[in-house]
Amino acid sequence: MKKDLICIACPLGCRLTARWLNESAIEITGNRCPRGEEYGREEVVEPKRVVTATVRLKSGFLKRLPVTTKRPVPKDKIAALLNRLYTIELSAPVIRGEVVLDMADDGVQVLSSRTVKK
Amino acid sequence: MKEKKFDVAIIGGGVVGAAIARKLSSYDIAAVLLEKECDVSFGVSKANSGIIHGGFHHGPGYLKSRLEVQGNRMFDQLEEELHFPFKRCGIVVAAFSEEEMKTVQQLYRNGEANKIIGLELCNRARILELEPKLNRDVVGGLYAPAGGIIEPYRFVFSLVESAVKNGVKLLTDFEVVSAQRSNDHYEIRSSTGDIIFSKWVINAAGLFADRVSSVFGAEEFRIIPRKGEEFLLGRDSSSRPEHVIFPVPGAVSKGILVIPTVEGTTMIGPTAREQESKDDFSTTEENLNKVFSSARRLIPSLSQREIITSFAGLRPALKGGDFYIGISGQQPGFIQVAGIQSPGLTAVPAIAEYVKDLLKKDGLVLTEKIDYDPSIPDLPRIRYSDNNEIDSLIKENPAFGRIVCRCESVSEAEIVAAVRNGHTTLDGVKFYTRAQMGKCQGGFCTDRIVKIISRETGMDIGSITKRGRGTYLARNRIGDFEVKDEYSRV
Amino acid sequence: MNTAEFDTLVIGGGASGMAAALSAAEEGWKVVIVEREEFLGGILHQCIHNGFGLHYFKEELTGPEYAERFSDMVESSKITVYLNMTIMDIMKEGDGLTVYGLSMDPGMVRFKVRAVVFANGCRERNRGNIGIPGTRPSGVFTAGLAQRLVNLEGFVPGKECVIVGSGDIGLIMARRMSWIGANVKAVVEIQPNPAGLTRNIVQCLNDFDIPLYLSHVVGKIKGKERVEGVEVIPLENGIQQPEKMFSLECDTLLLAVGLVPDNELARKIGVELNQETGGPVVDSRLMTAIEGVFACGNLLHVHDLVDFVTEESSRCGKFVSEFLIGKRPEKQYRTNPGKNVKYIVPNYYEGARENVFYMRTLIVKNNAILSVKVKGTEIYRKKLRHIQPSEMIQFSLKEEDFKLIKDKGVMEVSIE
Repeated sequence: MKKDLICIACPLGCRLTARWLNESAIEITGNRCPRGEEYGREEVVEPKRVVTATVRLKSGFLKRLPVTTKRPVPKDKIAALLNRLYTIELSAPVIRGEVVLDMADDGVQVLSSRTVKK
Repeated sequence: MKEKKFDVAIIGGGVVGAAIARKLSSYDIAAVLLEKECDVSFGVSKANSGIIHGGFHHGPGYLKSRLEVQGNRMFDQLEEELHFPFKRCGIVVAAFSEEEMKTVQQLYRNGEANKIIGLELCNRARILELEPKLNRDVVGGLYAPAGGIIEPYRFVFSLVESAVKNGVKLLTDFEVVSAQRSNDHYEIRSSTGDIIFSKWVINAAGLFADRVSSVFGAEEFRIIPRKGEEFLLGRDSSSRPEHVIFPVPGAVSKGILVIPTVEGTTMIGPTAREQESKDDFSTTEENLNKVFSSARRLIPSLSQREIITSFAGLRPALKGGDFYIGISGQQPGFIQVAGIQSPGLTAVPAIAEYVKDLLKKDGLVLTEKIDYDPSIPDLPRIRYSDNNEIDSLIKENPAFGRIVCRCESVSEAEIVAAVRNGHTTLDGVKFYTRAQMGKCQGGFCTDRIVKIISRETGMDIGSITKRGRGTYLARNRIGDFEVKDEYSRV
Repeated sequence: MNTAEFDTLVIGGGASGMAAALSAAEEGWKVVIVEREEFLGGILHQCIHNGFGLHYFKEELTGPEYAERFSDMVESSKITVYLNMTIMDIMKEGDGLTVYGLSMDPGMVRFKVRAVVFANGCRERNRGNIGIPGTRPSGVFTAGLAQRLVNLEGFVPGKECVIVGSGDIGLIMARRMSWIGANVKAVVEIQPNPAGLTRNIVQCLNDFDIPLYLSHVVGKIKGKERVEGVEVIPLENGIQQPEKMFSLECDTLLLAVGLVPDNELARKIGVELNQETGGPVVDSRLMTAIEGVFACGNLLHVHDLVDFVTEESSRCGKFVSEFLIGKRPEKQYRTNPGKNVKYIVPNYYEGARENVFYMRTLIVKNNAILSVKVKGTEIYRKKLRHIQPSEMIQFSLKEEDFKLIKDKGVMEVSIE
């Protein structure tokens, strides 16, 4: 079994091929750097993305607080995460880096991207 | 219920209806202005080229010609009272052959017959002196110093503001769908079921004058929409002429013009093509290219790089080409003001006088109002003010200190004034203030304007529209739609 | 009228203005930033996605995070900041410059300064600029306006969406619309190659199965009140094939069709503009032909990474400082774009110091060669692994590179 991928680790956009040698061993070819190999492996095993969004904010200054996941999130968890974020409402003050949502079971942490004082 | 009974109902809040409404507001009668759109000037008038014509295109045999000449002379006083942007920049007709010069001579004779002052037949040197940006192939032409330009929608807004100030009732979103005569008045019903009563009715419904006439059982005629597509170039065009530039006219229309608008932009157009549909304002690439190549024949330096937008308007043309203004021969108290195409805008102050006289003739008693005030306040605008004036404006009203539209230097105070004057759509605010009309075409200010409209009116932002009905901007908020799990489709 | 005196005034408090102001203030000058929004950071605040700062901070930040790192620095510096203020006028007066700023409070302010930095970014090209025929319904947004409505105000501009333009802004908006529950039907790109980064094609389009129509244009917008659909027309060898037209139903059309430096103010004071970039023509020290008037960031030319904006603008701040000391460059020579080069900034170089250049190519190529010639003599050559028009190329020439030339003159930069 094999799968074609395009590397997103850097702007070069190498065309990668992932080949399953057996159940657990995967060979990545087409990459020009180690980051490409790492990306390729993860993309076929458990693809992940950093998710950014906004949540409602009670503030005299800003209506939506930008947030970001601390680490890349498995793709199949993204929709549920977003739907959950859109139900949240926070109140100022908020500090950049503050934890907005902690889904410990899924290992997903969402942080504020911006400081809003009032 | 009292306010639902009127002496005169004017159907159509375009420039014709607005001018008539304002004229009638100076008399002791109850008048109502009915507009089917959510704001006035949203039909034919919004896409008008804004030219105050010079009175030479047709001889005195035409009603439109007589009213044009008379109307032209009334604009200085109107400007003084109503403060809409107006400039007598003059009109230049450029001829490119001896054949065309013959037509120019005919135009000159028309003008003479119409008793136009200052009209000048020009040779090549003179025409190039007047307008150095003209194509050097020009052989001569005509100069009409009394011609000019206005902002058509601002003119309509001012007329209506003045009319309303003097007691005319304005009903927007009132589309007339049926009418019945009983005793001495009509019962007029709107598409939403509202009813008003009026003794006289003036049909100034523009593109829909034929439909309105048939609703009242009056004369049958057909308005033929004639589309005009136009280009707008930015403020800083180096090709902007000093005068309105006309080619030598053809049989159907006055041709593609180059117009230095009052506000500093340059407009090119319009095309003239008859169509069936009354709500098809689409533009085509082919026609826009045609407009440009015709305009380049007049001013070769015109560059497509400077285009900021293009749009189309529909003229309400009638067979025969003249205005149709008169008391209906079929229905009592019904006055037709139809087929008001070019030079309708120029003629409109005279049309209002003419219609007033028709009403009088038909038995309406017109007594001048003692407290009639022809003037409306002149709203200060940042782009017309120098730095010291701006400084004192802010001291009176800090909202002059916040620029909402950076391209056209429109302050929050001006937006608020528009909204408080009843212009609660994005287009209404645009036509009143010029915000969204500049280079970025609303890219930077749309969200700010929407917030101001919402704050001033209490409307939810989701219900704010571009120009009423289904032209909403953004009805939904984040969270309204569920995010679907696209990723697991792998 | 209020009057204020500063050594230098920076127009715009986004990434560019903050970097320029910080770097001039570091040298001890009295600096003022004038920003028209109510916060510093400019357009970064609506760019809530990640991918910023990889070059400058060596870590991946979101737009607001990147902005805040700089606004924190500005706040703890001695820089004066006027928010909610729009610059209305700028003029040469005596040996300095007079600038008028307008705000609600303190009203109109007359600034007397020795140098001005234009760092007020760019605006979006819109429907009028690309002339899409058809009706004029609501629901046509520039991508940036839509981004602001979504990310700052929390609106969903529409449910069914088509995007014109495959630059990074269009791609980022395709993902954003998907992430707020809208359905992106297609991205339509006039060029045969995607304009944005491959990584964005993958994570913003492929992740959502959004089709990308290369060599296609939107030939018509349909709908009377709200957008009801668009007609998409394929191009073959650059020529529209109307018989192959197909329609897409949608209620929203986003236009991501490029950015243009917002140079109205610069033009007002008589700054010459570069036809290729739309920004001012500047010398080796990023100064325009008007003494004391500098330009940097997206106002000078549209960058693809904010990190480069920061770098260029910090350099600009240092050049302002040199200017204020009274240092003037030695003789300068033109830099001209040669074969396969769209533009090069700055438009002049000087021989006696390091010169940093930014440029864009017209072609897509792997293993290209960048060559710099002065009067026919090659003084610099660089191998480039991969080039494409959407990716800015940076190189610098050191003082010793110029020592090769006996006879200095016009420099031409080409790519093979």
